[in-house]
Amino acid sequence: MEFVQNFPFICIILSLFSGPLSSILDRKKAKWVNITVITAIGAMNVAVLQFVIRTGEAYVYRMGHFSAPWGNEIRVGVLEAVMAVFFCVIMLLSMIGGSLERERELEPSKENLYYIMVNLLLSSLLALIYTNDLFTAYVFVEINTISACGLIMIKQNGRTIVGATRYMIMSLLGSGMLLLGICFLYGITGHLLMSNIQEIVRKIYSVGQYRMPLLVALGLMSVGLAIKSALYPFHGWLPDAYGYSTVSSAAILSSLVSKGYIFLLIKIFSRVIGFDIVRDSRVVNVLFVFGIVGMIMGSVDAIRESNVRRMIAYSSVAQIGYIYMGLGLGTTAGVIASLFHIISHAATKSLLFVAASGLTDASNDSTDFFDLTGAGYRNKLAGVAFTVGSLSMVGIPACAGFISKLLFAQASVEAVHKLLPALIALAVSTVLNAVYFMKTVIRIYTPEKKEVLAAKQFTPAHMSDQKAKSVAMICFIALNLLLGLKSEPIVELLQSGLQMFA
Amino acid sequence: MNFPNLITNYEEAIAMILFGIGFSNLLLQQNLIKKIIGLNIMDTAMYLFLALKGYIEGRKAPIVVDGVQSVEAYINPIPAGLVLTGIVVSVSVSALMLSLTIRLYRRYHTLNLDEITTRLEKEGL
Repeated sequence: MEFVQNFPFICIILSLFSGPLSSILDRKKAKWVNITVITAIGAMNVAVLQFVIRTGEAYVYRMGHFSAPWGNEIRVGVLEAVMAVFFCVIMLLSMIGGSLERERELEPSKENLYYIMVNLLLSSLLALIYTNDLFTAYVFVEINTISACGLIMIKQNGRTIVGATRYMIMSLLGSGMLLLGICFLYGITGHLLMSNIQEIVRKIYSVGQYRMPLLVALGLMSVGLAIKSALYPFHGWLPDAYGYSTVSSAAILSSLVSKGYIFLLIKIFSRVIGFDIVRDSRVVNVLFVFGIVGMIMGSVDAIRESNVRRMIAYSSVAQIGYIYMGLGLGTTAGVIASLFHIISHAATKSLLFVAASGLTDASNDSTDFFDLTGAGYRNKLAGVAFTVGSLSMVGIPACAGFISKLLFAQASVEAVHKLLPALIALAVSTVLNAVYFMKTVIRIYTPEKKEVLAAKQFTPAHMSDQKAKSVAMICFIALNLLLGLKSEPIVELLQSGLQMFA
Repeated sequence: MNFPNLITNYEEAIAMILFGIGFSNLLLQQNLIKKIIGLNIMDTAMYLFLALKGYIEGRKAPIVVDGVQSVEAYINPIPAGLVLTGIVVSVSVSALMLSLTIRLYRRYHTLNLDEITTRLEKEGL
């Protein structure tokens, strides 16, 4: 066994323990510890990715050296490593991009608590990605929820506390259903390790036993995770939670937390139950319908919104709809499109949140749509970044969003009965996306009269304050263009990863 | 409908009914404290269900006494372990929910989530 194989475990433990460490440091040091830890974890995951690409097969890491039916396992393949690397990159950039806001909006004594939450969140995300044990996954889902709730409510105002409460309530309903589903599966199969469960499930499925309990368990787990990842119509908590929390929280929540749950759902589909059984059970059709409704209704809600942050939040509802639509197609190509969209949406949405905060910096922190008139001139880089993000969301070629839409369209061709609704929903949703994003882009590049600017006391953003944010935005733009222009190797990685995933 | 099965597995049926009660309370109640009570009923119902899954008629708890080491003498210990883990999780989320409730009560002097929402809109935040 090579030393690299220990890295996934070391990553989880490292970020779990760096949390308590930041609680005793002062905020400057805690910040640096946090950034170092995320960078180190990212580097380790790159090493793991290289290792699994070189060996060409997934490996199982036994926790505590107990073998299969008894012990707890970590299972690492290409797909897991790619996801872990992307999550680390996006989390690092979101943390850098929001550092100014954190200093300004959080109480100084609370700032190092923020880093505890971020470290816990990262460790739970990594555990969700790597674990091969269903109950461990449940425990880390709860850790994820708790730390995400902390990230929302650490900026104290009425909205964020209510948002955090609503988030907790919906999440607890979701995790209740997830746990019940896991209990059912355990009752049927007698195993908790994912690969063992699949063995038994295939056996009992082929003889036709326990069809109903299996369906109920699958349905409970799907609906539970769908609630937790804010699939329409379970998105009530989302605009408040994303719209009023501090920038790095909003970016991390929208691009990583919900994606972690979706990744777990994909894992349950392909590794725990088996994707063909899931397809036969028609649970995917339900997800497909809700995904399509979400794609359209999320965009409609976003058009009606006059607060820019909330508008971007509603756009997340639509994008989650895309991901579930891809899953709902029930083909491998659909799953790959969903996985690519997880990555591209994460890169784009965090870019949009950071860029929007750059624009509001130049508008006296007002998030009102009309106050942003001409903000693209007052903070030039943020204007460019917001434009790139918007173009990517709409799906203009050369941006990340275009590739994911292309993949969705190609995947829907394979699923004959779902071809027409999927394509219509893609088209309608793209037009609606264009309506609200282009409206905002035009608004931020409409020059504002000098008198109005003087009356509202809007001044150009000081570039000396914006260094960290500028670095983050440039990296995000580069990441977006990279995903848009050089998508082939990434799609190939996802394809080979999905093959060794099940 | 397999009615006789329902009679033999009446414990599981009760666990599911309790789960439903807790779930609907958590979802539908307006009072935050009642929501938290619903959450706890839901979680406890799940532990009942898990514990039932591990119980085997006529066997003892898996603690080795008098040197009896045969597997046949004990019940399945894994669900008990899961229940313990689950209790830890549910304690921490209850504590978090209660602390959020305290925050909201101090700010708005009410426990009704709808009323808090309407007041938020009046504040215009």
